[in-house]
Amino acid sequence: MTQDDLTIADPKMKAEGVNVFYGEKQAINNVSIDVGTDLVTAFIGPSGCGKSTFLRSLNRMNDTVASAKVTGRIELDGEDIYAPSMDVVQLRARVGMVFQKPNPFPKSIYDNVGYGPRIHGLAPTKADLDVIVERALVRAGLWDEVKDRLLESGTALSGGQQQRLCIARAIAVDPEVILMDEPCSALDPIATAKIEELIHELRGKFAIVIVTHNMQQAARVSQRTAFFHLGTLVEYGKTTDIFTNPKQERTKDYITGRYG
Amino acid sequence: MTFNAAALLLLIAGLALIGWIAGRQRSNLLAGRAGTKLHSRPQYHGWYVALWLFAPAALFLAVWSSVSPGLITNEVLTDEAAQSLPSFGFERGAILSDARSVALGKQDAVRLPAAAPLVQPYADAAHKYAWIGIAAMLALALAGGLYAFTRIKPDFRARTRVERIVMAVLLLASLVAILTTFGIVLSLLFESIRFFQLVSPLELLFGTNWAPQSGAPVDDTFGGIPLFWGTVLIGAIIAMIVAIPIGMMTAVYLTQYAAPVVRRWVKPILEILAGVPTVVYGYFAALTVAPALREFAVMLGIPNASTESALAAGIVMGVMIIPFVSSMADDSINAVPQAMRDGSLALGATPNETIRQVLIPAALPGVMGGILLAVSRAIGETMIVVMAAGLSANLTSNPFASVTTVTAQIVKLLTGDQEFDSAKTLAAFALGLVLFVVTLLLNIAALRIVKKYREAYE
Repeated sequence: MTQDDLTIADPKMKAEGVNVFYGEKQAINNVSIDVGTDLVTAFIGPSGCGKSTFLRSLNRMNDTVASAKVTGRIELDGEDIYAPSMDVVQLRARVGMVFQKPNPFPKSIYDNVGYGPRIHGLAPTKADLDVIVERALVRAGLWDEVKDRLLESGTALSGGQQQRLCIARAIAVDPEVILMDEPCSALDPIATAKIEELIHELRGKFAIVIVTHNMQQAARVSQRTAFFHLGTLVEYGKTTDIFTNPKQERTKDYITGRYG
Repeated sequence: MTFNAAALLLLIAGLALIGWIAGRQRSNLLAGRAGTKLHSRPQYHGWYVALWLFAPAALFLAVWSSVSPGLITNEVLTDEAAQSLPSFGFERGAILSDARSVALGKQDAVRLPAAAPLVQPYADAAHKYAWIGIAAMLALALAGGLYAFTRIKPDFRARTRVERIVMAVLLLASLVAILTTFGIVLSLLFESIRFFQLVSPLELLFGTNWAPQSGAPVDDTFGGIPLFWGTVLIGAIIAMIVAIPIGMMTAVYLTQYAAPVVRRWVKPILEILAGVPTVVYGYFAALTVAPALREFAVMLGIPNASTESALAAGIVMGVMIIPFVSSMADDSINAVPQAMRDGSLALGATPNETIRQVLIPAALPGVMGGILLAVSRAIGETMIVVMAAGLSANLTSNPFASVTTVTAQIVKLLTGDQEFDSAKTLAAFALGLVLFVVTLLLNIAALRIVKKYREAYE
């Protein structure tokens, strides 16, 4: 793997020699990667290549799977997130996540967004919470659509709106990194376009890592692209380079549709 | 020659077997001819013949078994010897049954002299009807078998027919439970109507004095309120105060925290607890819990503390209901999608916050349904309250006092020497009807809630 032209001076997250095991099975093999602060990083690759598994190890969501084990080192601002001193609750407040299928809580729109700030004590008064909720919904591009029905259930929204609600919910706790696990795979093209637009707008405010099946999407939204295959990181580089001038044969085969 | 239904059933089953073989044989023969292709495999032809042979004959057998004794008696009554019988009542019945027993060889000699001349006519009639029955049954079996046998042709759709018959049998089986329930409701209803002719329904539902006496109904003694209150106090209040928190906490522990090994052991143990006969809980309530509670109450200086108390019955009933609540809550919490839990954890919520603020609210409709089902079970529970709650109809909110419940009173009303048509006995049916309606409504409400909630996640 060549990496000479993409040294990131001050990476937000840094993974070194990461392996992930599910019981006996190794899902991720020796992956090292830097995630830049002001960049959107896309993970692409065929189904089962480990890109989602790797994403979930960045905020220790794999901890919820009893058989999962992570070795190697993953840093957030230079701090080892798997160190015993790291509080996983704090970590996840700093590294938020948006899932493949929109998963709003069966609560009102307001309470969905207010949930994180409440549990982290970010809003001492109701007025503070109102401000946080509005700001998050505005940033997620949902405010105009829902401002008159904040007390309606979040599950009553359309799929695309639900996903933007989940993004609002994630940014309401003011994370530093947002991980997105195929956020558009359950959405129609118009809702997908809105999410992609949103990712553009959020770039620079949060470090964003997005897993996607859709290579055009990776090309549209990201500045860095990592191609995973069979649990290994095959190639990582500037998105334009990966799509126009891939160095590895396997990457070329994948993006030209030879397999996947 | 007597009519032995079991032997005859065996006989037609044997005939059906022969029919099966014959039907299969014939279709095999047909299939053997050049250029013919059977629509159905030979077994189906065999089954078709066997079913046609067996089903009508068996049905006839069932009907004949229940009808023929009446026909025989009618025949005997037309005999000259029967003209001297007393015209009605027990005596007439006793003489007839005595004669029947001798005629059918169940006893050696008549006990009542008046029965002696009837023995021979009885034997003759029984003989005659037995032969008629057997002949008709065999004729039906053979007719059915032949009909089916002659229909066997290569393109005959025996498989479709057999499957249709099987379906009809299954439908019939499923109707049994439903029709039985219907019958129970009707019998309850008719007895209740008889009661309500004696005592106004309003008195039963809203009266506050419960002191039923034997004999003619006395005004204002069939007031059900003390019983309903006792039932609610024990089954819906005390038992639920015990069962809901403990059951919920059990479910939360088992679904969220317990290691798989613990879960594998604890769940079956809880299920065993649900299968303990309620009379055992009753002993525990009456012999252990109730005396201890009484001492405790006396120590606190609470008046009216009794060895039979609502609290003892309610607590033990609550313990009995715990597995029920925990298993319903367990199912509901497990039915909340994993994505919901992940969503909360990914926001930096602790497992505890996730459970309290996301999982339980999301599971609440299902849990509510489970609680309603548990209440409906608790108020219908009998043994514990009979043994531990007492029988005195007190309208009191003191949980240490003795109260009584609908089920305990039903037991009291129906046991002992009672005339079966006195208001006191009939009151038991009316109470049963009230209980049935209430539990039915609770169950319907619970199932609707649970169903609605399931739809939300599927």
